[in-house]
Amino acid sequence: MDIIAQYGNIMVIMACVFGFFMAWGVGANDVANAMGTSVGSRALTLKQAILIAILFEFAGAYLAGGAVTATIRKGIIEPSLLAGNPELLVFGMMAALLAAGIWLLVATHFGWPVSTTHSIVGAIVGFAAVGISMEAVHWAKVGTIVASWVVSPVTAGIIAFFLFRSVQKLILDTENPFANAKRYVPYYIFLVGFIIAMVTFTKGLKHIGLHLSWFQSAGVSVIIGLITMAIGIFMQRKIKVDPSADREFHFTSVEKVFGVLMLFTACAMAFAHGSNDVANAVGPLAAIVGVVSAGGEVAQKTAMPAWILLLGGAGIVAGLVMYGHKVIATVGQNITELTPSRGFAATLAAASTVVVASGTGLPISTTHTLVGAVLGVGLARGLAALNLKVVGTIFVSWIVTLPAGAILAIMFFFMLKGMFT
Amino acid sequence: MVNSPILQMFARSPFKPMQEHIVKAQASAAELIPFFEAVIAHDWDAATACQHRIAELENEADDMKRDIRQRLPASLFLPVPRTDLLDLLRMQDKIANRAKDIAGLMLGRQMTVPESIQPELLNLLNTALMAIEQAVLALNELDELLNAGFRGHEVDIVERLITELDQLEHKADEHERQLRSSLFAVERELYPIDVMFLYQIIQWVGDLANRAQQVGNRLQLLLAR
Repeated sequence: MDIIAQYGNIMVIMACVFGFFMAWGVGANDVANAMGTSVGSRALTLKQAILIAILFEFAGAYLAGGAVTATIRKGIIEPSLLAGNPELLVFGMMAALLAAGIWLLVATHFGWPVSTTHSIVGAIVGFAAVGISMEAVHWAKVGTIVASWVVSPVTAGIIAFFLFRSVQKLILDTENPFANAKRYVPYYIFLVGFIIAMVTFTKGLKHIGLHLSWFQSAGVSVIIGLITMAIGIFMQRKIKVDPSADREFHFTSVEKVFGVLMLFTACAMAFAHGSNDVANAVGPLAAIVGVVSAGGEVAQKTAMPAWILLLGGAGIVAGLVMYGHKVIATVGQNITELTPSRGFAATLAAASTVVVASGTGLPISTTHTLVGAVLGVGLARGLAALNLKVVGTIFVSWIVTLPAGAILAIMFFFMLKGMFT
Repeated sequence: MVNSPILQMFARSPFKPMQEHIVKAQASAAELIPFFEAVIAHDWDAATACQHRIAELENEADDMKRDIRQRLPASLFLPVPRTDLLDLLRMQDKIANRAKDIAGLMLGRQMTVPESIQPELLNLLNTALMAIEQAVLALNELDELLNAGFRGHEVDIVERLITELDQLEHKADEHERQLRSSLFAVERELYPIDVMFLYQIIQWVGDLANRAQQVGNRLQLLLAR
């Protein structure tokens, strides 16, 4: 108790710094995965991708990041065991932030693919289970979270498979793909706007004071969907069949129409990524602020101040701008065979899955979800060649990241405990 | 920065390199026309130059084939079976191999083609080259096939091309039969060993068309899923 009273302000400041550092890491690390398919399919230029990422990652973080942040902040740890020693929660969350942030740096340096979500969850479970006690962890919730890490890539894969098959049946396989593209793509654009709006409104906006019933949310979402559809129709009006380009590859003009669709999907993916991954940085921060501001009470009910999500969003944007442009440039060079029609199917499937997870408060790995979606398109025979070794490296990164994050967090936890007591 | 799984997932597609490979094989076979004309005119310098070009093109095709094989590890996930793709590649390469064999043999023996069968031989060669061209056309549809997911409308287009390829091969067979009977009519007036090798050349030129047809067959296997 006294420790909190004594050091409360320092703790909050330190937590903000660590939280911002972690958010920066999330932005720098994950943006390639979120925007990769858009730049790689050449539907967006580098500049457009960065602009979209800045806008929509921030929007996703602020508007839809609340539920996942709540889970990271108080869903994993059982507060009753900490009632006597609230400072342990503060030390633990700071340790978790430090551990995850440093693990991200190390992994980036060595070129390992690492999930920011797995790092922070592993770190939190680590310090709670070892530093406090095994009962301090809501193992049921942790079980749900781990299950979601398996379910989300599979779900994204299934959605991507059917999305792409629908594109094939309605547009690519037909006698006149270009005309059908112009006819059906607006409906896909509507779908993008509708899904994102729907999940956000039904689940996410209580912290800015917007309470909508299910029907109201559905209604607003339909309207937003229609608006995006109108914008899309306007944008694709200018696209004409280019016979010289089509001679080389029959579908060139069709893919241009999909390019418009891909623009909207990229926005959706950035939004989804921001909504799910901001929590990795600011969830622990929110826990610390909650404890300190309640004067040492580890109550579950303390509301989360909106500035925390703002800080997280800003951190992601900072990381994205400072580091991401380098990464996205490489992405554009490497992926040569991805066309907008494929990119769209994979990205929308991933974005929908992530946004639904964000709405239900489940922290999932956006990277792994996107990998699952890409595999889904591959299974629909939509992609020329996929390197399945990547799936293997993902399993390895699972096995390594969780204990690594946990061990580092435990280390830092005991260090901080020693420093402050 | 290679630690993004998304970056690492997308491997280089083998389809474009395979299209380039068969174009190289076709170029190698097409050189046979100036070669035959040089042989008929007994212009051995020109014939040697042609044979060198054919051998060079065939070598380049071999390099491309090796490169494609290296890029097809078992961990690669393809929309078509890997073995079918490798079979197709092997059949494409055999076209270039046969062209090199023909040129090598005719140059080595400084072959004299009897006047009575010269036009028919050139006719057979042209038909064989048309068959190869048809195979190249069918293979050029590979990236469209990929875009269509190896289904539907595009498959019908390719099947039509393959049917035409079969017909061209039948025509070549016909020409080959006629050519052999023409040679049979005059063989007693010729040196026996030369005649044997002439029959060999006729068979080999017919082989060019056969191999082109087999390329079509392998392509059909890719579609039949």
